[in-house]
Amino acid sequence: MALVVANRNRARRRGLGLVGVLRTLASYAVTLCGLLVLTFFIGRIMPVDPVTAVVGIEADREAYMRVYYQLGLDQPVYVQFWRYITTIASGDLGNAFLTGRPVIQDIARVFPATVELATAAIIVGAGLGVPLGVWAAASRGRLVDQVVRFITLTGYATPIFWLAMMALLIFYGWLGWVGGGGRLEIYYEGIVPVRTGFITIDSILAGEWEIFRSVLRHLVLPATLLGYNSMAYITRMTRSFMLDQLNQEYIITARVKGLSQRDVLWKHAFRNIRVQLVTIVALAYGGLLEGAVLIETVFAWPGFGQYLTNNLMAGDMNAAMGCVLLVGIIFISLNLISDLLYQVFDPRTRP
Amino acid sequence: MSSTPAPNSPPGAPLLSIRKLNVSFGRGPHPVRAVRDVSFAVGQEKVAIVGESGSGKSTVGRSILKLLPRTARIEAEEMRFRDIDILAADENTMLGVRGRRISMILQDPKYSLNPVMTVGEQIAEAYRVHHKASRQEARERALAMLDAVRIRNPEYVFEQYPHQISGGMGQRVMIAAMLIPDPQLLIADEPTSALDVTIRLKVLAILDDLVSARGLGLIFITHDLNLVRSFCDRVIIMYAGRVVEELRAADLDRAQHPYTRGLLASLPMLGQRRERLPVLQRDPAWLAADGG
Amino acid sequence: MTSLTQPETATVTARGPKSGREAMWGEVRAGVLRLLGNPLATIGLVIIGLLILIAIFAPVIAPFDPVAQSLSRALQPPSDVHWFGTDEYGRDIFSRVIYGSRITLYIVFLVTITVSPIGLLIGTVAGYFGGWIDAVLMRITDIFLSFPSLILALAFVAVLGPSLQNAILAIALTNWPSIARLARAETLTVRNSDYVAAAKLQGASAARIILRQIVPMCMSSVIVRSTLNMAGVILTAAGLGFLGLGAQPPTPEWGAMTSTGRRYMLDYWWLVTTPGLAIVIVSLAFNLFGDGLRDVLDSRSE
Repeated sequence: MALVVANRNRARRRGLGLVGVLRTLASYAVTLCGLLVLTFFIGRIMPVDPVTAVVGIEADREAYMRVYYQLGLDQPVYVQFWRYITTIASGDLGNAFLTGRPVIQDIARVFPATVELATAAIIVGAGLGVPLGVWAAASRGRLVDQVVRFITLTGYATPIFWLAMMALLIFYGWLGWVGGGGRLEIYYEGIVPVRTGFITIDSILAGEWEIFRSVLRHLVLPATLLGYNSMAYITRMTRSFMLDQLNQEYIITARVKGLSQRDVLWKHAFRNIRVQLVTIVALAYGGLLEGAVLIETVFAWPGFGQYLTNNLMAGDMNAAMGCVLLVGIIFISLNLISDLLYQVFDPRTRP
Repeated sequence: MSSTPAPNSPPGAPLLSIRKLNVSFGRGPHPVRAVRDVSFAVGQEKVAIVGESGSGKSTVGRSILKLLPRTARIEAEEMRFRDIDILAADENTMLGVRGRRISMILQDPKYSLNPVMTVGEQIAEAYRVHHKASRQEARERALAMLDAVRIRNPEYVFEQYPHQISGGMGQRVMIAAMLIPDPQLLIADEPTSALDVTIRLKVLAILDDLVSARGLGLIFITHDLNLVRSFCDRVIIMYAGRVVEELRAADLDRAQHPYTRGLLASLPMLGQRRERLPVLQRDPAWLAADGG
Repeated sequence: MTSLTQPETATVTARGPKSGREAMWGEVRAGVLRLLGNPLATIGLVIIGLLILIAIFAPVIAPFDPVAQSLSRALQPPSDVHWFGTDEYGRDIFSRVIYGSRITLYIVFLVTITVSPIGLLIGTVAGYFGGWIDAVLMRITDIFLSFPSLILALAFVAVLGPSLQNAILAIALTNWPSIARLARAETLTVRNSDYVAAAKLQGASAARIILRQIVPMCMSSVIVRSTLNMAGVILTAAGLGFLGLGAQPPTPEWGAMTSTGRRYMLDYWWLVTTPGLAIVIVSLAFNLFGDGLRDVLDSRSE
């Protein structure tokens, strides 16, 4: 979040148009390079010997040296770094030790589950968060505002994995209202042909309504919990933006015209924060990645987050670092998109 | 100091009558009393409320439309517009009053216009709040209004955003938006203070024409005494939340209250040589209420 | 017709402060009073105080040894003897939660102690010198900011090996950017002021200026930010513990306790409820207190 604000201020000062966009892109490109340096560096201090990881401990010296040269470990650091960048640019994140398959393939397999979860979560988070924020701003200082602030505060302060466990305990263990871990009941797995990777869509496409309902039952709790997490952020920012707007003179003009409170809020104040909100939602989406790691572990959701944690536990550094790098790239991209969106859509930056 | 036996009453039936208006801000032991025992009436004429910053003049304007923040307390013996009791009016009633019966022009179009709406939209909206009309019809009326405030190419300006037009044009847009729903009383809160001196008189002239042509009452809030001499019919002087004097604009030179005389004396004037401009000496006695 | 002969004035002290030191203490007193007038912030402060007390007096408060196992008494529900029940090894959960406060405080304290000076230093240096130093330092900060903090901490701990010390290091590494950014922003506003120029003209070295003129100006926002960050540190530490990357068993770290209890959760709910509640309460407390501090120290905020 801080990253975007910093870049946004830079962008505002630079100004508008194509030049601004190009400069933003260049700025992010530099950050991306730095990211690669960081992950390369982290990879270098791994206590695991990359050669042994490939050939195994019993390999003889000849095999060891062969792989050693093959991996380019004899080269100076900057050469290794160059190799690192080029391999990544070609989409090769190395092979996972556990599965033996290219990491990129593994990720492609598990990613849709996380996207499905994150998208459902952001719908909850933004769908609830934005109106709540507007409402809280409109009733500033009164009971509604305090209640909303309390809700967002608890959303912030509660560790999401614990809340997930409590929710699972109550809503699944005791009440049986929702499905348990995983995306589906076990006996439904593999029935729906994988087309988009999103079981919700795929099951509708295949006309399997039973399965669709099962998926929803399993999706609702983790999505709501993740959504609650992002809602805390979205509500707070919406409220803050709205309060800024409601302090402006044009709001008084709108009132003087005789507009009702609802029109003043939505037709005037809200219109001024729309663009900012889109950027906030984009950032919140990125923030979900963090929550996803924990939630997926609790709910045994076979997504990216669980893949990452499993690899970390098992010590599969290749896969883990590949995941971390990917997270960084996604986060940067989301920041970049929201920054660009802001520049493009703010009418004040148009000539 | 009692006001001179000058007409506190407007010609004809008053549109707006205010008696003993008191406005205070904040709770707790020491609320700030911004307006104290202010009484006046306005008819189909131009009345100026003149005072320095903090005299409470803007607060009076906003309390007429009940647009003060929630921390404000309005008390009065009477606040009446025509047949509407504004003091007792609830928000719903006020929604019908604002724009339709009483309108207000704000000071700086840079801030008082919505930055993400075209100016034409903002004018048209002012019409559609109180009259059922299609977008097309509202647009026509807005264009006509832009023409009435002497904007030369209304179709072009209609599509502009507030940051793309000049201050003078912005203020004219403001006037257009505030007059389009056809109110009977117009409050102008420092309408020319944010404008270039060269533009001020032009905008004032437009305002003057429109007010006269439509037979509106005008409350002109300002700190500029020179401006109101030629422009307004009557002048009300406020200091520290009270009305200290009320007189005809033509009688300004015969003002009695020392504050008014001090204000007049400290106005720089062309053609009058003075060694030093007199500085207003404030008498704490002015803060006290007297009879009247 | 009421008459007021004098405009109302705020209460004025009979005599003004006699020295800079007196003025400062006067402000501190006023600030503390304002802080205490905020009920939520006071609650936060009280909870933090309780936490510190519990941590200090843990051996006195806890009825059992937190690592003492007793398999015959495993998985017992809350009772008069074991207020929070026992876990899968028969350890008293109440005692473990009590001792866990020490670990939490240890983490928060160490992280804050390391992060604040480093962040301050980097931020003020970057802001003061500007130019390529600023660009480079800020670029590095941006890079660290381009990860969600948990993920970055994950990466570090995974690489360094799971342990409490490494977790603290990892969390510190993810926390310093926000402080640095803040310090830099403050430095930029102060850098061009007259008193800094005056100091320069007097021949003060850059280090001296930074230390004595600029850092004090940043202090209040850095303190507020650090306090608010503490809540995040607790959550990240708990998250790492939950993933098994923090304190290792049998250390009674709250996050780790929820993780190990997860297997038995559905039938033995008390294993995970209380450690998690402890995390929530402490994190809330730091949040509330930080908000209150911000209202007092940082008048700019809403």
